Amino acid sequence: MTKANRRHPPSLNLQAVGVGFKAEHFDPIVETRPELGFFEVHAENYMGAGGPPHRRLDAIRERYPLSLHGVGLSIGSPEPLDKTHLQRLAAVAKRFEPAMVSEHLAWSTHDGAFFNDLLPLPYTYETLARVSDHIDEVQNALGRTMLLENPSTYVVFAESTLAETDFLREIARRTGCGVLLDLNNVFVSATNHGYDPYRYLADFPLQAVGEIHLAGYSEDADDAGLSLLIDAHNSPVRDAVWSLYAEAIRRLGATPTLIEWDNDLPSWPTLLSEARRAERAMGVATAQASEPVDGV
Amino acid sequence: MAFETTTSAFAAALADPAASPPATTRGRLGAPDARRFSVYRNNVAVGLIGALEARYPVSRRIVGDDLFRAMARAFASSRKPRSPVMIAYGEDFPEFAAAYVASLEAGPNLAHLADVARLENAWVEAYHAEDAPVATVGDLSKLSPDQLPGMRIEFHAAARLLRFITPAASIWASHQCGAEPAAPDRWAGEDALITRPDCDVSVRLLPPLAYGFAWRLREGATLVEAALAADDPEFDPGGHLVGLVESGAVASIIPGSPS
Repeated sequence: MTKANRRHPPSLNLQAVGVGFKAEHFDPIVETRPELGFFEVHAENYMGAGGPPHRRLDAIRERYPLSLHGVGLSIGSPEPLDKTHLQRLAAVAKRFEPAMVSEHLAWSTHDGAFFNDLLPLPYTYETLARVSDHIDEVQNALGRTMLLENPSTYVVFAESTLAETDFLREIARRTGCGVLLDLNNVFVSATNHGYDPYRYLADFPLQAVGEIHLAGYSEDADDAGLSLLIDAHNSPVRDAVWSLYAEAIRRLGATPTLIEWDNDLPSWPTLLSEARRAERAMGVATAQASEPVDGV
Repeated sequence: MAFETTTSAFAAALADPAASPPATTRGRLGAPDARRFSVYRNNVAVGLIGALEARYPVSRRIVGDDLFRAMARAFASSRKPRSPVMIAYGEDFPEFAAAYVASLEAGPNLAHLADVARLENAWVEAYHAEDAPVATVGDLSKLSPDQLPGMRIEFHAAARLLRFITPAASIWASHQCGAEPAAPDRWAGEDALITRPDCDVSVRLLPPLAYGFAWRLREGATLVEAALAADDPEFDPGGHLVGLVESGAVASIIPGSPS
């Protein structure tokens, strides 16, 4: 097993483990100052003119590296990017100087209406060209490369002609962007569409990975009664995703990793213990990756 | 199929709860799947309703969770955000909520709902307003007596003046603790001033005549013009001006030209 020859080393420790920053956790964080690799925030939450959100994030940024995660740019839309929104993103990036900037392979705006969700797109050469143009535009506006996150999906499209992994690889090749490997999304989509998440991982453009996301899902069923997992970010990381994480780290080597927990927020100690678990899991998997494999 | 055709069909089906899932979407059995598509529809609705619940917590307590959720769902289905910056979403909810409640047959008497919701919206606006220094009473004291009558002020970016036909500020204040809120002492209109001189948003109940005085100053009147408009020999413009400055509502003081 060879580790990916990484093209997107982030400007923080490869071993860094972080959590999504929530205002509810601000006091325990500044009071206890835990050792933590980084914090990630949703860029749109800091696009107000000013006020306490900016002050809190300034205080976090003084103590920790930051990852800026956009949720509203609608990169996966056929429509032109919202220039005003792109300028807002660039302004937030300029103010807080994050170590990484990421967005989603998804769309959310159509005909001026914002749908406040990450919506899926077909994978074709036409959509590939459009998404690549959008990423060029984002990277030009930011003056840096960004990471593009693989989505959780509940439906696929009849018109798709490319595998998601090939689509992401080709975007990274054309634009030079990195990829954010969300392993909960891998597991959710693999379950929802009936493929093997380990096969997906093997096909993934691992050389372009700059960050990993871990999160919890919830469970539902579709019209046929088949298992339908929802990317809910409302619970601890599941065992199946921890196993996938161990495999990803064995293939990638140490990679900055984020615990995403956005809904039904846990107490700060609970969230921190999830980060500690990721640190231990990364340590174990990197040690395994560097050991010779028996019988090979 | 062209990319635009796919997303247009998807967006149209998202907006219409009765619509079938878009024809080219596929579940595991190779056909459109209504429950799968409804995850997206549900995500959109839950996200928007959650944004309104977070922006209007007191309004929600006043009408109860069920009625609030019904109002929020109706609002969200008819008004999609026009920006990915959700901080601004729902600023026109107070009028919508008032009309919604008024349209209910045998609905509860919620005359104060629109006023309380307006206060909550102004609170959020103040919270996210631009950071800016505030003028102090010390700045005021630097003016020479002949600069006072013609002085003007610039309002701070976070400051909001509100006039209510109901005791909305008292009702809002009584809901700020977890306990059962006390009914207001007197059912009468109130005026309020919201400020955020630094990190903390504060809501002040204004004494009689203060709203008109502050409103005129905000609109560019001089101190003398604003004081005369109060049309009350007992009115103390100096005291009210100091009160405004102390509240953090004033960004800067522009000295009048000595006459």
